[in-house]
Amino acid sequence: MTVLEKISRRDFLKATGVSSSGLLIGAALPTTLRADVLQRPSGDALNLFVSLREDGTVEIIAHRSEMGTGIRTSLPQVVADEMEADWDRVTVIQGLASADYGSQNTDGSRSVRNFYTVMRQMGAAARSMLESSAAQRWDVPVSECRASNHRVVHSDGRSIGFGELATSAAEQPLPALDSLPLKSAADFRYIGKDVPSVDLADMTTGATTYGVDVALPGMLYASIERRPVMGTSIESFSADAAKKVRGVVAVEVIKGTDPNGFKPIEGVAVIADKTWSAIKGRQALAATWTDSAHNSHSADVYLDELMDAVSSKPGVVARERGDVDAALAAGKRVSASYRTPYLAHASMEPPMATAYVTEQGCEVWACTQTPQATQQTVAEVLGLAPEKVTVNVTLLGGGFGRKSKPDFSAEAALLSRAVGKPVQVVWTREDDIRHDYFHSCCAQHYEASIDESGAVTGWLARQATPPIDTTWDASADLMSDGSLSQTFGSIPFAIPNLRLEGHRAPAHARIGWLRSVYNIPFGFGVGSFVDELAHAADKDPAAFWIELIGEDRLLDFAPEGFEFSNYGKPLSEYPYDTARFKGVIRELTETIPWGESLPAGQGWGIAAARSFLSYVAVACKVSVEGDQLKVLEMHSVIDAGLVVNPDRVHAQMEGAMIFGLSLALMGEITFEGGEPQQSNFHDYPVARINQVPRVIRNTITASDAPPAGVGEPGVPPVAPAIANAVFAATGKRHRTLPLNKAYRV
Amino acid sequence: MVTLQVNGKTMEVDVSPDTPLLWVIRENLEMTGTKFGCGIAQCGACTVHLDGSPVRSCSLPVSVAQGRSVTTIEGLADGDTLHPVQQAWIDHQVPQCGYCQSGQIMSAAALLARNANPSDAEIDGAMSGNICRCGMYSRIKDAIKTAASGVQVFEPAQEVQNG
Repeated sequence: MTVLEKISRRDFLKATGVSSSGLLIGAALPTTLRADVLQRPSGDALNLFVSLREDGTVEIIAHRSEMGTGIRTSLPQVVADEMEADWDRVTVIQGLASADYGSQNTDGSRSVRNFYTVMRQMGAAARSMLESSAAQRWDVPVSECRASNHRVVHSDGRSIGFGELATSAAEQPLPALDSLPLKSAADFRYIGKDVPSVDLADMTTGATTYGVDVALPGMLYASIERRPVMGTSIESFSADAAKKVRGVVAVEVIKGTDPNGFKPIEGVAVIADKTWSAIKGRQALAATWTDSAHNSHSADVYLDELMDAVSSKPGVVARERGDVDAALAAGKRVSASYRTPYLAHASMEPPMATAYVTEQGCEVWACTQTPQATQQTVAEVLGLAPEKVTVNVTLLGGGFGRKSKPDFSAEAALLSRAVGKPVQVVWTREDDIRHDYFHSCCAQHYEASIDESGAVTGWLARQATPPIDTTWDASADLMSDGSLSQTFGSIPFAIPNLRLEGHRAPAHARIGWLRSVYNIPFGFGVGSFVDELAHAADKDPAAFWIELIGEDRLLDFAPEGFEFSNYGKPLSEYPYDTARFKGVIRELTETIPWGESLPAGQGWGIAAARSFLSYVAVACKVSVEGDQLKVLEMHSVIDAGLVVNPDRVHAQMEGAMIFGLSLALMGEITFEGGEPQQSNFHDYPVARINQVPRVIRNTITASDAPPAGVGEPGVPPVAPAIANAVFAATGKRHRTLPLNKAYRV
Repeated sequence: MVTLQVNGKTMEVDVSPDTPLLWVIRENLEMTGTKFGCGIAQCGACTVHLDGSPVRSCSLPVSVAQGRSVTTIEGLADGDTLHPVQQAWIDHQVPQCGYCQSGQIMSAAALLARNANPSDAEIDGAMSGNICRCGMYSRIKDAIKTAASGVQVFEPAQEVQNG
């Protein structure tokens, strides 16, 4: 059960950093996202807050990072709706990093789904206390009083504003949660409505503060030359040359560790009065580096090896049913191998952090998705207790998973301690691309058998992927069931015989999460291979997807020896529902002219995936003229359960489709001699306005299922939908990304 | 010393002449609406107007702007009245993360100042130097079309101030 509590001004200030009075309510959320503790109360760990001031202002503490998903708007929208607050009088305050908030990680597309119910209960409790307080004041039964748009109204017509009731409402007992009525969906004022982002106006006038915009009195700027190859260390550099540059005040070494986890990469920092001085000083360093076991890493050669392994050798079995070998021997056999490269995040704002270390502790200002990991990591590198580290979260100029890593904040903290002044660490674009936590390269191989009726009787799949686990354990080289739960291991197909295998793939670069993570390569492999099978069976691809998924049912992978992680949620709460999977495919084919006859060189392609508990189908229409590939239209359908803010969901899906288009057409980081070969937008291109289709539409499936993720699930089906469309247009199958290896885009 | 006219005010800064205009605006003049994105004129986040034309301030030495008129996102509105492009950006809820939007808006405003009714192809031509990693291009196009009807050219008031 949830715990709600009235709290004192002092405790409110302590927990939120905000001084307030009037009605103050805190709610306890579990401090971990593990599903098995969601129901356990922890009475003294309040971590969500709402206050009503005597002037009527409602303050809602947003404890999630804003990087474009609209979460600083969507969560308060839920509280305000249940509270019957007037949105114009709601102020959203960014919460400080605190263990008391529970996990503040803004990743895994889970903010809305984890907090929806508690936020509603919190708003409903405040509403109920305001109604009771008004009833007392008027000496009437509370049943005759109703909160409506920031006032409590009596059935005889008189009314009183929320602000006037703030103090007396605070004296009301908290209502029991089990008798607390929640609004019916028909009465929602804000939930399910397009409430504009609270930051919208400031974003158009340049008045918002991102990580790079933090300015403290006496602040210095740092630019850091980092090791070019994983595993190397500093050999030599010229601090004197750097210090000759006007404005340079210090040169400091940051020692690295292997694996470096969330901590800084080894480097030499040039600290100056201005960013430009720091960058110029750094150029004068002439740093040299020691050898490393990874300095022969070539992405092309390595992927050749992985491709060879998956296509020719059995691997470690992750999931199995029936006898796939017998099935493959008996039916018509189709096989294909898919190759996807390393990717970089390239958020518009590179990582930026400011820190000030004093005798009292350390204060950090950063564009971080994970304020608590920042607090922990900074405390660790400084040797401080975590409570001595305060983390202020700025707006994020994009994140996509890169800003889940607090290494840049730890750099700022170490440098501030070294020079005794506030220091802002500025990552250049070259730093960002060359020293990313890269999206992993991946090799996949699939074999299937088709019987005379066109039904698939066997499915063998193998993958080799350097795992993210290498961030913490350099010896990790095999994908876990948890990681394989992202599409590869959780295919929902009603095929009687299947076996899924993995090969070992050690990492030669820092590997990390990128928007939708392993669903990107596996969505491409599975989404392409299903299309290949449809054509081999001479069936319509959309109908074939639906046929392959089979009957309506809830999936359970345990009997096949596979530990399905289900994005951290129990299957009882978020089942894997094949009816919903088929539903988005059907709905998509109804929203587009699927099956229309097209001019030569044009084609439609479709693909679908379940990720972050949402079901998404994407269709793309492309044209190929000579060697010029153009994506003409993109359409998606998402079933994300209940949707709090439809416009923000549409925006996320539009953005996800463009993100998927970028990586499908152009995304590739290569390594030679252990070094990434790309450095900026000229050689790591992302989609521009002239490359994107004019028609880009998303449909939200009406659903009252519990809210699921929306930030990431739009990405995985895009690349296979485009490649499948190219096949439909040209008869040419592309199994290697990106497609600009074969076409101008 | 370099003398600049920024948003109608005359400002003097003591920086080496090769310093990119971007960093002078952000760190010497303390106006942070203009963003750093790539440093090599590839992404457009740093777009400002130099004598009314859009330029990438990350790659423009401050010496080039000596004595010329610079307009930043902070100087685009007429007092409390937003520029039609800014208003259209709000009406279409264009931004996601918002980081590239100062540059997008400055490029769009410059486009509309010289072409009151741009076609899709003309919008592509003028805006393809501005990357939006959140992918809000469709909304950007819609917002430019909405703003196209309402653009008025105005000059910021002249005022002298040392910075």
